[in-house]
Amino acid sequence: MAEATYPDDLLYHDQHDWARLEGDEHAVFGITWYAQDSLGEVVFYDPPELGATVSKDSSYAEVESVKAVSEVIAPLSGEIVEVNDALADAPEKVNEDPYGEGWLVKVKLSHPAERDALLGAEEYRKLLSAE
Amino acid sequence: MRAVTPMRTPLHEQHLALGAKMVDFAGWEMPVSYEGIREEHMAVRTHAGMFDVSHMGEVEVEGPAAPAFLQRVLSNDVAALATGGAQYSCLCDEAGGVLDDLFAYRLGGDRYLIVTNSANHAGDLGWLGRWSRRFGDVAVRDVADRYAMLAVQGPHARAVVARTLRIELPPRMHVAPVRVGGRPALACGTGYTGEDGVELLVDPEVAAAIWAELLDAGVVPCGLGARDTLRLEVCFHLHGNDLTPDRNPIEAGLGWCCREETGFVGSGAVAQARRDGTAQILAPFEIEGAGIPRQGNPVLAGEDAVGEVTSGTFSPSLERGIGMAYVRADLAEPGTEVGIDVRGKRRPARIASKPLYRKAR
Repeated sequence: MAEATYPDDLLYHDQHDWARLEGDEHAVFGITWYAQDSLGEVVFYDPPELGATVSKDSSYAEVESVKAVSEVIAPLSGEIVEVNDALADAPEKVNEDPYGEGWLVKVKLSHPAERDALLGAEEYRKLLSAE
Repeated sequence: MRAVTPMRTPLHEQHLALGAKMVDFAGWEMPVSYEGIREEHMAVRTHAGMFDVSHMGEVEVEGPAAPAFLQRVLSNDVAALATGGAQYSCLCDEAGGVLDDLFAYRLGGDRYLIVTNSANHAGDLGWLGRWSRRFGDVAVRDVADRYAMLAVQGPHARAVVARTLRIELPPRMHVAPVRVGGRPALACGTGYTGEDGVELLVDPEVAAAIWAELLDAGVVPCGLGARDTLRLEVCFHLHGNDLTPDRNPIEAGLGWCCREETGFVGSGAVAQARRDGTAQILAPFEIEGAGIPRQGNPVLAGEDAVGEVTSGTFSPSLERGIGMAYVRADLAEPGTEVGIDVRGKRRPARIASKPLYRKAR
């Protein structure tokens, strides 16, 4: 995806991760356009185990480009209920469609109220323009 | 000494205009990639790519004592280097440690040009200067400012360069004086990618014009990222990673460019390493499944740490993790199964033979 986009329906973590809430108890996580652009072409995604616990602000997975490894930070806490297996064969989806086919995990939230600490699209864009 | 502001090559504006991602490399602000490492890598494997390698250093060695002096400081047999020839060598200290690895070109008579790694350029100059004083009639000059360096590499590189710049190119492992952009330049039949190609040493003032001409001719601009994946696929050493002053050429697999009978500095230690063998050997390897090895990852045999990865990456050609590691000598045979500890995960790997990537014939 050549143009920077930050959809309004997502919540953002300042470490360049997004969360899409699904009802009150679940959320899908991924990395933002900015994160994938900084990293370059993703060639490997090392997902967490199903059932693993993730904590807000902590690393839960790794994505690698040819040159660099990047830890992926959980925007919210919970338990991994689904991982995007399709990325094993097509890790470049993280670059091509970071908010769609490039999603990383689905989580059952343990502390849904944590969402209040995340940024809206407008706030996240402001943060980027300050960097 | 460390430069506070990174140095820039004569092609800096060209890189920015192409939207390159820039990084600091050995004190230089260099392009790491333009469109993407993979695309650039494949362009060199299938067509032609060009790299700004103006950060590399050049040292001119000239004088009646130049052949004897170079025979003393370089590991290869410099006496065998004819005018117009190119030769790869190690620059060793007295203990056989590799201070740098470099190409020496004989430009004519008793005039030679050495191309150094940028991080080692100042150190090499000091070392060469000190040794040259024992020989008297030889001058060692830093001529890095006189040259911009463009590496054009790939199966079509030679043809495109010859046609576009209207010059005749020397064969592989040779150097020839040419004129480009109306200025004297050197064309070298050498490279760092495992592909055919040329390295052009040109006047910095005409570098941008040459870059633009080659770009128009369809040569793909490539950054240091692709340069690293290309060289690692064919197991070319990177000084600072795979070669250091703590390693000798024998354990690094560079015995082929060492002629101890010439009595070069460090030849005694190199001869001993060749005779007695070394505790570790630099070996290429491939990851068998998922995982990308990185510099510093431990190499495991069973539960034992038996070595360390010195270069590791994702290979765009082979589409898997590859690398080179110093491993216990008895484990360096191709086919040996080892593990690579990639940040706490054991990734099965197999020691391979060189090069890791072979061109389909």
